Amino acid sequence: MSALLEVRGLTRRFGGLTAVDAVDLDLGEHEFVSIIGPNGAGKTTLFNLVTGLDDPDAGRVRLAGHDVTGFSPEKLAALGVARTFQHGRVFANLSVLDNILVGAHVRFKSVRPAWPAPLSLIEPLAELALALVRPGAVKAEEARMREEALAILARFGDRLLPRKDNPAYSLSYANRRRVEIGRALALGPRLLMLDEPTAGMNQTETAEMQALIGDLKKSGLTILLIEHKLDMVMQLSDRVIVMDEGHVIANGKPAEVRNDPKVIEAYLGHHRADRPPVEEAAE
Amino acid sequence: MSDALLSLENVNTFYGPVQVHFDLNVTVTRGHIVCLLGGNASGKSTTMKIILGLVKPQSGTVRFDGQPTNGLTTPQIVRRGVGSVPEARRLFGEMSVRENLLMGAFTRRDQKAIAADLDRVLTQFPKLAERLGQRAGTLSGGEQQMVAMARALMGRPKLICMDEPTMGLSPLWVDRVLDLIAAINREGVTVFMVEQNASLALEIAHHAYVLQTGRIVLDGPAATLRTDPRIRDAYLGGQEAA
Amino acid sequence: MSSWIDYTVNGLIIGNIYALLAVGLALIFGVSRLINFAHGSVYVVGAYAGFLAVTYLDAPLPVTIGIVVVVGALLGLGIERFGLRPLQGHAHIAPLLATIGISFVLDQLVQLFFKPDPRALPSTLLDQRFQIGSGTIGALDLVIAAIGLLSAGLLYYFLRYTRLGWAVRATAQDRDAAQQMGVDVDAVHRTVFAIASGLGAVSGVLVGMYYNYIDPAMSFQATLKGVVAQVVGGMGNVPGAIAGSLLLGLVESYGIALFGTSYRNLFAFVLLIVVLVLRPNGLFAGRRRAPPEPLTGTFIAPSKPINLPPSALLGAAAVAALVPLMIPSPYVLQVLTNSWLYALLGLSLTLIAGTVGLVSLGHAALLAIGGYASALLTLNAGVPVGAAILSAGLITAFLGTVLVFPSFRLRGHYLSIATLAIGEIVSLVILNWEWLTRGPIGVSGIPSLSLFGFELDTDRSVYWFTLAVMVILAAVQFRLLGSHLGRVFRAVRDDDVAARSYGIRLDRYKALAFAFGSFAAGVSGGITSHIYSYINHETFNAQLSILALTIVILGGMGNVTGAIVGSVLLVGLPEVFRVAAEYRVLIYGLVLLLLVRFRPQGIMGTL
Repeated sequence: MSALLEVRGLTRRFGGLTAVDAVDLDLGEHEFVSIIGPNGAGKTTLFNLVTGLDDPDAGRVRLAGHDVTGFSPEKLAALGVARTFQHGRVFANLSVLDNILVGAHVRFKSVRPAWPAPLSLIEPLAELALALVRPGAVKAEEARMREEALAILARFGDRLLPRKDNPAYSLSYANRRRVEIGRALALGPRLLMLDEPTAGMNQTETAEMQALIGDLKKSGLTILLIEHKLDMVMQLSDRVIVMDEGHVIANGKPAEVRNDPKVIEAYLGHHRADRPPVEEAAE
Repeated sequence: MSDALLSLENVNTFYGPVQVHFDLNVTVTRGHIVCLLGGNASGKSTTMKIILGLVKPQSGTVRFDGQPTNGLTTPQIVRRGVGSVPEARRLFGEMSVRENLLMGAFTRRDQKAIAADLDRVLTQFPKLAERLGQRAGTLSGGEQQMVAMARALMGRPKLICMDEPTMGLSPLWVDRVLDLIAAINREGVTVFMVEQNASLALEIAHHAYVLQTGRIVLDGPAATLRTDPRIRDAYLGGQEAA
Repeated sequence: MSSWIDYTVNGLIIGNIYALLAVGLALIFGVSRLINFAHGSVYVVGAYAGFLAVTYLDAPLPVTIGIVVVVGALLGLGIERFGLRPLQGHAHIAPLLATIGISFVLDQLVQLFFKPDPRALPSTLLDQRFQIGSGTIGALDLVIAAIGLLSAGLLYYFLRYTRLGWAVRATAQDRDAAQQMGVDVDAVHRTVFAIASGLGAVSGVLVGMYYNYIDPAMSFQATLKGVVAQVVGGMGNVPGAIAGSLLLGLVESYGIALFGTSYRNLFAFVLLIVVLVLRPNGLFAGRRRAPPEPLTGTFIAPSKPINLPPSALLGAAAVAALVPLMIPSPYVLQVLTNSWLYALLGLSLTLIAGTVGLVSLGHAALLAIGGYASALLTLNAGVPVGAAILSAGLITAFLGTVLVFPSFRLRGHYLSIATLAIGEIVSLVILNWEWLTRGPIGVSGIPSLSLFGFELDTDRSVYWFTLAVMVILAAVQFRLLGSHLGRVFRAVRDDDVAARSYGIRLDRYKALAFAFGSFAAGVSGGITSHIYSYINHETFNAQLSILALTIVILGGMGNVTGAIVGSVLLVGLPEVFRVAAEYRVLIYGLVLLLLVRFRPQGIMGTL
């Protein structure tokens, strides 16, 4: 199994706080790895560093063997890195379908010509002209992408499809998370990074999401997941990485990690044997 | 004395079209540490904002010390005796530690008593005495948490609301913070805290509620919940457990 | 040598006056993240209050200043009450737009009461000058310096040692946390507006005495100077605002020494752009400090846009085309022609400010570039009018995009200020590049409209030509919005971070939208120049930029039909009711203020 993502010594400091501290991480092709850890452990900062939204103070990121440290998010997206956001970042005024289609942006080839150096300057003008004139190839591409987008929406059962023309701001929290995942799938990702996809979902919705993510795993996608719901993590993951205070404190198979005392301490909260808990007769 | 200092009765809250709370009922008994557990986006921080009047519920009543507070502004609620240790501490980073502490007493006019309280919190938090002149933004996370708690105490509140007081702290600091919360409570201040770290919170709490997607799914005395297997399922999102 | 001392003294004195303005803007921005565009109006009202006190009450200087402070403070409370308080929780840019509306209303009221003509505001001090080295310093200079120092001292004491001052600082750093300490942030806002406006009003009266000259039009420039000083010093940074003001005063004064008076403002705005692009947090901010807030600048209220079917749009176009046959009145045709020209400007701005979310406050500059380009191409190069107008559109698209490109990295308010400054720079360049633009004399004798050799010499033909151009460009814009680009533009507007994460290069698409939009504005300016036959650097003034914005908000941001409807309503209706010109600006200001408050989605809805 070759490593698709290789992170070495990645570090990010904010003032006095080291949010991500010399993190190493490997993710093989077709592997499913989850990152768990308490709030403030640095999981989302790590995501931001890997996806180019933030620049590391030290360390390297390699994608399929190429150094991509400091690459812009748009470049990484073109290389096949898709992510969702912890607090949900849908395009609020775009329809559900348009949100998915924006996800496919890097896959529009006919309408976005890629030309070598001197000609690349007028690429945008060519794109404008093609968008207005719409020759057959452009029309066919748009139609194909629409079909695919509808197929993606269909994966969420009847959660999104009946709302495909509604603006995203009118959706429930859970549905916005679904739109985000749909948008990420539309990119045709090589690496899919999901940041708490089930936050704010109830048990039924969580189970549904878990089944969907399980399907994505079966289809061979490489997935990096941040999640708090441990049962889901344990059932889906090939490997689990535990972060605390910016460090990776454990890395292994779900069963190993589950029984690692360091993990129990950091994540579930350590029991403090030295002081008896407050007992209260009044209760 | 075991009457309710704070109660949320059938509270429904919305952010735009999205409902955050569904008929929320929470009671905080005078003199207790009550804790609200829940994952991210479960609605627990919004509960804090409702109590402080930063967000207004669509329906339902918030009652503090017997009086409804729905129609009051945040400063009015604070004046009635609600202190707050906000999420991520939210110190005034460009102001000195001393100025931060005195901002905690903003609603008070009794200069002498304020000065006495300042001395008192400084004996309670001796670390801060050395840092009085320093800009609050330059302190470490744990020290900032100390300032935030001391700042809340400076208002002489009846109730302190704490939003994830242990977030992002090292185990050593987590222990200290929890000890301090218990100590503050022993001095007669009622504590309502929101936590993600269930086991920790349950160690010092009297009573706890578990919030999931805006609904209370479990509640009871902390001593019972500590050993209740359902808490793990409900809180960490197991499959349709119960 | 002596003159250099004089220029330095002069620069510092002017800097002191700017500081009184900029400190207020910084205080207000600090607690409310609002750039108060009505601040210049406070300054003008202060100047006129001083004028009344000196002329009618014969008040000595301290009394005059006392009166002015009180008037200013009361006005500040009013601005807070109507411009800021009702808009809490709205888009960040809403209060900014509201204060623009307020400033239109206030300036116009001052003009109605005092007439637009300049007045003399004599200094009540003896005109005494003291020798320092080889230069001199006047009594008024010393008074201004003393007032500046005293205000700074009082402000320092207030912020550092008073309870309310602490509340102000706490609110500036973290509004929510301050509330949780029991701070009444509304009271803090009122206090800050009163103090800021008191100082701003004093600034106005001092400037009036310094130059012995006041007029209502000083308002806009005063706001701009205060904003420049504040940006240079770092938004919301009070000591920075003072330093920025002194620096601005010196730069202007030395600039005048080197290049002459007409270059003064050019220096100020170039300084602004350079600082914005290179050091957006100001010259004195730490290296890696993030701006206080993202200040996303979009003004898109969620709404259900009214979608007219193509048949209805075609029908409307047909009716518009039949108007000259049904109503032969030249007056009506001229008014409607004017509406179509503004609709072109609206199409441009609704795409740029609405669809892609770049709230431009300097859009009139694009009209100016188009107008001059077309006029000069026909006059100097003998290009046929039709081809010249087309070229004017292309030149505007190119120049406009190149000028704004460095600012694309700015967000929200910062971009809006940059566009405002670029607009001023364009106007000043037109004024100063006499070899190309004929400078203040303007361009006259511009050939009238013609197409393929046919003179469009009747009101009807001009009407049809303008309508046709507008309809064609509107149709093209519809097609653009229906393509993947429409989707991408709106994604950039809604969430630029998410857009980047999905491979959208922001610069590229902002530039595309800006270029496309600028083309329509350039064409509008070009046609206008041929209809007017004479243009100068004031033909396309900053008021037009705000009118354009009002048109676009009225129609619904991003909405193509909305831009046309907004233009007909705002440009056409006042003509129909023969509203006198001086009341028109007042109406525009009120409409903007009311829209922002009560109907931000406009008539046709945002898209």
